[in-house]
Amino acid sequence: MSAPVIRYIDEPHPITGLTNGKLGLWLFLASEVMLFGALFSSYILLRVGADSWPDGWDVLNVPLATLNTVVLISSSVTMVMAWVGCRLNNLGKFRFYMSLTIALSLVFLVIKTIEYKPKFEHYEAFLADGALVKGYEGSESITGHLDENDLDKDYILFSPDAVQHGTSGDDEHSDHEKGGEGHAEQIRINRLDIDRLTNFGPKHSNFYGLYFTMTGLHGLHIVGGIAVNLYFLLFGTGMFRSNPAQFSNRIECAGLYWHFVDLVWIFLFPTIYLL
Amino acid sequence: MGGHSVEEISKEVRIYMTVFASLLVLSGVTVGASLLDVSTTVAIIIGLAIASIKGTLVACYFMHLISERKAIYAILALTAFFFAVLMALPAMDLQGNEAFSGRV
Amino acid sequence: MSGHDHHDPGFIRKYVFSVDHKVIGIQYTVTSLLFLFLGFALMMIMRAQLAYPKADFSFLENIFGEAGFVGGTMLPEFYNQLGAMHGTIMVFLGVVPLAVGGFGNYVMPLQIGAPDMAFPKLNMASYWVYFTGGVVMICSFFVEGGAAQYGWTSYPPLANTQPHLIGQTMWLVGMVFLITSSLLGSVNFIVTIVQLRVKGLTFFRLPFFVWAQFITSFLLLLAFPPLEAAGVLQLMDRVAGTSFFMPDGLIISGSPAVNAGGGNPLLWQHLFWFLAHPEVYVLILPAMGIVGEIVANNTRKPLWGYRSLVYSVIFLGFMSFIVWAHHMFMTGMGQSMSIFFQTTTMIISIPSVIILTALILSLWGGSIRFNTPMLFALSFLPMFAIGGLTGLPLGLAASDIQLHDTYYVIGHFHFVVAPGTLMALFAGVYFWYPKVTGRMMNSALGKLHWIGTLVFLNGVFIPMFVQGMAGVSRRLYDQTHYEHGQAVQEWTIASSWSAWLLGIAQIPFILNFFMSFFAGKKVDQNPWKATTLEWAAPSPPPHGNFATEPEVYRGPYEYSVPGASDDYSPQFVK
Ligand code: HEM
Ligand SMILES: [Cu+2]
Repeated sequence: MSAPVIRYIDEPHPITGLTNGKLGLWLFLASEVMLFGALFSSYILLRVGADSWPDGWDVLNVPLATLNTVVLISSSVTMVMAWVGCRLNNLGKFRFYMSLTIALSLVFLVIKTIEYKPKFEHYEAFLADGALVKGYEGSESITGHLDENDLDKDYILFSPDAVQHGTSGDDEHSDHEKGGEGHAEQIRINRLDIDRLTNFGPKHSNFYGLYFTMTGLHGLHIVGGIAVNLYFLLFGTGMFRSNPAQFSNRIECAGLYWHFVDLVWIFLFPTIYLL
Repeated sequence: MGGHSVEEISKEVRIYMTVFASLLVLSGVTVGASLLDVSTTVAIIIGLAIASIKGTLVACYFMHLISERKAIYAILALTAFFFAVLMALPAMDLQGNEAFSGRV
Repeated sequence: MSGHDHHDPGFIRKYVFSVDHKVIGIQYTVTSLLFLFLGFALMMIMRAQLAYPKADFSFLENIFGEAGFVGGTMLPEFYNQLGAMHGTIMVFLGVVPLAVGGFGNYVMPLQIGAPDMAFPKLNMASYWVYFTGGVVMICSFFVEGGAAQYGWTSYPPLANTQPHLIGQTMWLVGMVFLITSSLLGSVNFIVTIVQLRVKGLTFFRLPFFVWAQFITSFLLLLAFPPLEAAGVLQLMDRVAGTSFFMPDGLIISGSPAVNAGGGNPLLWQHLFWFLAHPEVYVLILPAMGIVGEIVANNTRKPLWGYRSLVYSVIFLGFMSFIVWAHHMFMTGMGQSMSIFFQTTTMIISIPSVIILTALILSLWGGSIRFNTPMLFALSFLPMFAIGGLTGLPLGLAASDIQLHDTYYVIGHFHFVVAPGTLMALFAGVYFWYPKVTGRMMNSALGKLHWIGTLVFLNGVFIPMFVQGMAGVSRRLYDQTHYEHGQAVQEWTIASSWSAWLLGIAQIPFILNFFMSFFAGKKVDQNPWKATTLEWAAPSPPPHGNFATEPEVYRGPYEYSVPGASDDYSPQFVK
């Protein structure tokens, strides 16, 4: 007895007009819509409830994110061209565009890393009420670099950003890229004067928390997509030759997933960076 | 979609390129628009409107929803409804929940 | 099962990493029965503390060690772990995997005449992801500080206040696995039902059980992701120090919390109940499906109002997405919101009543066969009715204010999921056992199991209504601490003894389950003289299910058709 034959893997069902894979993929995307939907909904709720919300231009790297938008959109186009390659039965074309798609996705991740990294190296010390830090009397917080944070000592060494940039109300959020180069002289801050010391990572505030969670989860989807695409690029040739119709269906499905990831970014980008 | 003849496919490719160009332009527009000095509400409306256009383009052409089967539309309609419910959730919470919404 | 494979794929491929939906179904069934037993065992321990608070439990201390007991007395923290994990295990690792992963996987493809699920490998992955999630949950008992202890609902800020305890973190990770598993499963179920129905099997000829699984899959598909999102957010709160659920100005154990604040604890509740209300229909719909099959088969009559059953299930599934905030009347939400959600809650009770009524009317005038599955299925009906009716006061804001978070709630939903769903699941085990093994389960032991289970389940849960109306809160370590609790302590003791006797009442089942495998009466392919397609396959069905592909000629429940030679006309016989 051999393995049971399951219908509609490569030819569409006569009534629904769909292959199993495609129907399954769309169902999966439906659940993904609900996943990201819940995150967007949380974003709205937390933002509406917040006292202040920074402007993406002030604290995030909008030019890099714009570049990433272009990269991701391009990768969607190359993905669709890889599918065209399959349908034209042109292995060379498929391989070329698939490689390009993967390359572009890797570029996206590299840019993302460049964007993330400085946030973890840039710190903000929220000062306690009535804290006495010379030069920062009356400030709520100081941003800059943490030079020494030895838990045995009752002070930290901190190099504040030279220029407190920006004229908007909440300029304490001013970030690395915007905070001017160079640093002012190193200062010593008493631990008792600090309420909370944090880098600009997720724990800084809900803005950064959502920024990292949402773009991070999206990034994981990119990683997943790269894995799938790489699999088809490296191990797909056999099926391309033996069963081109089915292979083309699979690439179509991989493409649908990839475009969905692009689509999520299309909404993430303005939500997080621009609004 | 679905066509397999070379002409049909090259027609499709032209569509893809047009969509690609539009997406690039719209990305530029959305970044530019965010620099305009308008109120947050207006900015949100503009930003989301442009994102919706871009999203529609991707969904309709790259994901070829424009010529898809009824079963898929049905699934998406169902999802859209529940998605809308999810989006209404913050409104439900904010109604009368001032004390808990972050300000105490 | 079938030992006559020609090119034998090897033991591991065949029984461990199998892609055959039947083997996977059995794996799910056995695993989830074990989890049900574990969840029940945790509860039997809790019942000891509840009945005899602060008594000397040295015998338990010897088993569980110092982590949960001091000088023989159970620690409140340990009690909380038992409670939280009982709920989690019962819901996510016991009932749902049994009803959907077990019965759904095994029976549904057979009932639609398919050779297997649409994506067999995905099916296997779904089981192993579930298994991993279960292992993570169990392991969490053995880490420093023990398992999760903030209830199965894991409400923040409480659940966030001790980020150094990794039990809760493991709970979240385990949940992500379980959610992933049900997503894989539900995609597979929907595609299989839509695409792989055999010739002639239109949607309105589907057995009611398949309909129930179909709608259940949609609930799993669309309701689980928001909880996954919430889980990720809570994980970030615990691991990365964010404060999505931590409000401003939070004081923990007397000192201000060190975090950014600005979070919203109610956000978790919304996202949690966005899943968890549909989840209760995930717990109940497959049970209704099982009962429908068994009632039709044993009344030898068509189900009364098959179409209204189907439409009710669809409507129920749909509505279950817009009632979630009836769990949150006490959070101070606005009045118009309360009105909205109590209205939708009242509306959703209508299809439930229709289903129950249709099932009861199906009995009317039937010549009922009182075999073991039927006895269990019949007792489902009043038990579910009690569960449902006691839910109405909880769905109305005014009365919920009194009853919220009391033992009344525990009594209510257990009547739905324990005397209700569990009875149906037992019915399913007795009903399909001959299909799976080719042998009948013993009827005398079965009936003994039935009467013991029915009596003691009621003995466990009826006292809870009394306790609840006396004001005893749920998740309470020692109710005798309060005067109003002391007044109803006898009821608690009765409930505990019932729980332990309920445990003893399961012994005939366990014996029966294993012994019938070797000693049960051998049966042919259709021992119950049933009409649906699974009975067209050999018992047990081989890999690929049907010797020749069946075809369907009629609706699912054509029993006692006037003029027919037999009292049943199977779907698959022309
Ligand atoms: C069959 C025997 C069962 C018994 C004796 C039992 C008993 C109990 C009791 C006494 C509680 C309240 C504990 C407390 O508030 O401190 C409880 C809670 C709970 N049970 Fe059960 N139960 C049983 C079966 C089930 C089943 C089958 C399910 C689910 C399908 C279930 C789900 C839950 C849940 C979700 C909670 C709430 C846990 C929490 O407070 O976070 N139980 N159970
Ligand atoms: Cu509910």
